[in-house]
Amino acid sequence: MFDAVFTNLPYLLGGFLINVQLAAFALAGGLFLGALVGLGRISKRPWVYHPVTVYVNFLRNIPLILVIFWVYFVMPIFTGRSMDPFISAAVSFVVFEATYFGEIFRAGFQTISRDLVSAAYSTGLTYRQTATYILVPIAFRRMLPSLITQSIITFQDTSLAYVIGLQEMVRRTTIVDSIEVRSIQLYSFVAILFFVICFIGSRISLHYEEKSRKAKVL
Amino acid sequence: MLAYKFDWGVLWRQPYGEWLLQGLWMTIQVGALAWVIAFILGLLFGTLRASTWWPLRFIGALYVEVFRNIPFLVQLFFWFYAGPMLFGKTLQFKINSISGLNYHVAVVALGLYTASRVAEHVRAGFASIGHGQYDAVLSTGMTHLQMYWYVIVPHALRLIIPPLTTEFLTIFKNSAVAMTIGVAETTFMSYKIDEQTFHGLEATTGAMAIYLVLGMTVVKIMNLIEAKFRIPGLVTR
Repeated sequence: MFDAVFTNLPYLLGGFLINVQLAAFALAGGLFLGALVGLGRISKRPWVYHPVTVYVNFLRNIPLILVIFWVYFVMPIFTGRSMDPFISAAVSFVVFEATYFGEIFRAGFQTISRDLVSAAYSTGLTYRQTATYILVPIAFRRMLPSLITQSIITFQDTSLAYVIGLQEMVRRTTIVDSIEVRSIQLYSFVAILFFVICFIGSRISLHYEEKSRKAKVL
Repeated sequence: MLAYKFDWGVLWRQPYGEWLLQGLWMTIQVGALAWVIAFILGLLFGTLRASTWWPLRFIGALYVEVFRNIPFLVQLFFWFYAGPMLFGKTLQFKINSISGLNYHVAVVALGLYTASRVAEHVRAGFASIGHGQYDAVLSTGMTHLQMYWYVIVPHALRLIIPPLTTEFLTIFKNSAVAMTIGVAETTFMSYKIDEQTFHGLEATTGAMAIYLVLGMTVVKIMNLIEAKFRIPGLVTR
């Protein structure tokens, strides 16, 4: 039933590995840049707040697929030669996902009440201690479900690197399909693989949501 | 560095300028038609998830989980390449010969995908309505079906207009993925301009501006709808 899948399994899974690698780069860069964006979005300095806000609102209105193309076209202008699709895609994902992660961080920081911060100060904690022991742990616990959900979306989005010819799983599936003509089993296989991983991820997200609800931090 | 010569003329020179506008019209069509499917199915499956009878809840949950956890690109390819094969050899050739098949598939696939997201918002809307209201409606002698149709759904829909606005914006953005099966929407057209002129940077920048204007227009329209259907007495933004 899955004969075409089994004969091409190493090739297809090799493509899947590229999705995983791309997601790893996108998440590492996206979370780091996203944290900075989140801080910028709650900044009281207008020269920080306004540029960051424009950056976020601009990219959230553009389809990711178009951003992937745009980066693919713009990078050769600076480097002078055509770009490796993986690097180009990784850059697009970091720049794009950082805006989504940034909004999650902003929301997380904003849910913490001033009273809690005042209470922490009144016990004699310094700003640094308040941030490390009170603000960040609570904000992180509140953000964790959203961060996991966005990570799942990022992982799904890596399939879009297909459009610049990156040899990830969907691209390889279309190549195998053009030879084998076994569309049903091939695309079902890709769908099932993505489903299993993303479903497990969404359960983990739900678990943390329940956990923090029971701990009454939500 | 910067040996590249910019040529912004590709944005208005014929036929390229016209291509982008045709692309915009296609984006609007695909997004709007898919929204109709997404809204109806999302309402249906969202209501199922709020059901008190577990088999209905299960069907609702199954739909949402399946369509949410598979990348849209994979779903689109499945419906486009494998979809016709599901009907058997004879029908398959008939289906494949339908003109504009990619367009129809894109609309349906985008609708099915977005329905899973709409269903989640509908469920959240139901959950935010207090138990007292359900009890009050049932005590007036309405049946469950009447309760949902006349009271709960109209109430919940008004509550979830803001998240639905986000989904409505997202559906136009996601319609760009339809370029992969050759639907000539905005992103497809900007890529096509690149193929002809090698000025993909200008073309994609122009496409970005189009999406930006489209997004702002949608937000304006949705704000008007929200203001019209605002529930008096509730705290809003």
